[in-house]
Amino acid sequence: MNFATSPVLELTLPVWRSRLLLAAFVAAFLLLAGRAVYLQGWHNAFLQAKGESRYSRVIEISANRGRITDRNGEVLAVSTPVKSIWAIPDEVAMSGEQLSRLASMLELSQQEIQKRIGSAERDFAYVKRQIPPELADRVAGLRIPGLFQGREYRRYYPSGEVTAHLLGFTGADDVGQEGIELAFQGPLAGRPGSRRVIRDRRGQIVEDVESIRAAQEGQDLALALDARVQNVAFSQLKAAVESNRAKGGGIVVLDCNTGEVLALANFPTYNPNNRARLTGNQLRNRAVADSFEPGSTLKPFTIALALERGQISPETVVQTAPGTLTIGHATIRDAHAAGALTVEQVVQKSSNVGAAKIALSLPAESMWNTFHALGFGAAPNLGFPGEAVGKLRAFRTWRPIEQATMAYGHGISVSLIQLARAYGVFARDGELLPLSLVKTNALPQARPVVSAETARAVRRMLELAVKPGGTAPRAQIVGYRVAGKTGTAHKQEHGSYAPNKYIASFVGFAPASRPRLIIAVMVDEPSAGQYYGGAVAAPVFARVMEGALRILDVPPDAPMKPIELPPEGQEVKEGV
Amino acid sequence: MVRLNLLLLAVLAACALGLITSQHQARKLFIEFEQEQERTRALEVEYGQLQLEQSTWAMLARVEKIATQALHMRAPDSRHLQMVQPGGE
Repeated sequence: MNFATSPVLELTLPVWRSRLLLAAFVAAFLLLAGRAVYLQGWHNAFLQAKGESRYSRVIEISANRGRITDRNGEVLAVSTPVKSIWAIPDEVAMSGEQLSRLASMLELSQQEIQKRIGSAERDFAYVKRQIPPELADRVAGLRIPGLFQGREYRRYYPSGEVTAHLLGFTGADDVGQEGIELAFQGPLAGRPGSRRVIRDRRGQIVEDVESIRAAQEGQDLALALDARVQNVAFSQLKAAVESNRAKGGGIVVLDCNTGEVLALANFPTYNPNNRARLTGNQLRNRAVADSFEPGSTLKPFTIALALERGQISPETVVQTAPGTLTIGHATIRDAHAAGALTVEQVVQKSSNVGAAKIALSLPAESMWNTFHALGFGAAPNLGFPGEAVGKLRAFRTWRPIEQATMAYGHGISVSLIQLARAYGVFARDGELLPLSLVKTNALPQARPVVSAETARAVRRMLELAVKPGGTAPRAQIVGYRVAGKTGTAHKQEHGSYAPNKYIASFVGFAPASRPRLIIAVMVDEPSAGQYYGGAVAAPVFARVMEGALRILDVPPDAPMKPIELPPEGQEVKEGV
Repeated sequence: MVRLNLLLLAVLAACALGLITSQHQARKLFIEFEQEQERTRALEVEYGQLQLEQSTWAMLARVEKIATQALHMRAPDSRHLQMVQPGGE
């Protein structure tokens, strides 16, 4: 028996079967290899992204909003991180006890919290914003599901109400909404960036992969403001508004060498750190955004124009008797009839009739040109939001009575800061300075408006106005020569002048021998008996000027002797 | 030939270990660097808060109040002032 040739073993399979199997395996391998090459070589983005997501992260780089400081580096506004608590309403699950503890921590009522997270249509709701980080940590300790924390910034204003109107404030998202914060939003804000990093299992960053966008920190801003001068200005203005039971007031302090705004305050004001229940009256920046009919503070400009044209000299006599002047249907009055006055005395005693007579001798066009060159009727270009332009009508529409009243500041409206800037012309030998809210180092480009001789002549007149024979003896300061002018104007209401509502103002500068500071004060509706600029606004000017000159170490230019005030009842009152 | 290959293997292993160590070192240093940067940011924030605190305490209105009320100080009036000229007279 030959087992080797057993017929059972003779069984042969067809060759094609093994070939087929081999081909099938080769095809399957080729398929896999092809797929592998495809995934790794061509279509690799998806898998790479999946892989990277295991270790690489994009993280935000936050940018702080810049600080605002005064000219000496005193901090006026600074942002500091705080937390917000937000919720995904659908996922929130808390017990009654957790709710009551959360409510007491956040100082909200339980109903309030439930109302905020109860509106189920939204998938995102703030529970409370801008809370201190320590409090946020305690809230996190409650471990309430569905409650999350976000990082945000809160802006603090250490000087509070004193600088409120100038600085303005930012909203909940740290975006400027008023004042400097709005005007300089771009440079202050900065720009958050992001970068891609590799993190290890513990969450620590082990490698910087790339910077997607570089973060740009907000720039710090140094204002022209001097916090010490601002404080004096604010506190004196506040005292004056309160003691005169006035509706409000504003004050501006300018450096007449550089055009920098050293102080700018308004009253009533508000606390920018706590802005609940703000009224429009508190928010109004009277010194910049409001224009008013300035009254007699405008007289020196008309006189300056007449001097400049050579029509009069300081000694020219103007007949103001009998104290009234009738043009058409209207009559211009002086508070006291004075008879024949020199031009100097017209300014010193603030005679409306005298100023009107001089104005009527001037061509309307050149008056308009002068007012326009002084910056009236045009925004002062501080870059401040809502700067008042004021009202200066085209000279072709002027009637003679209007031209006459404009000479003493009626029928024309200006803002307090425009007025202060225009007085720089007398303080600086005829040049008008551009103003600056931020600290400047370069000397600004001044523009001549009147000649130096004219400016000096008017300066002398303005010095007389604060002497005992003038309208503002209360503007005098011990040790310094002061020059300035009062204004008392009826307020306009519904298109006509209100008989017993006034705006009292005073604009002046010191030391008169070499002017350094210009201060303009305005008090709106003083109603405690006194309403003349010389009685209401001039004392504020004197106290602020005295304080500011001392703070800035300006050497005195007059002997240190007590100031003279005229006897009671004999003060010179200006025409209104 | 075999010895050379063994030598090269040893060098390769040493290089590989060196690479691992230096990478590890680099990561450790980088973590430290990140932590320091984090500290910088935290200190920056703290600096802002301290500045805030300082200017709150040193608020001029507060200083004035303490000076006049607690210390009974007041600004001298003109009768108590004597001007001294720089030249000396």
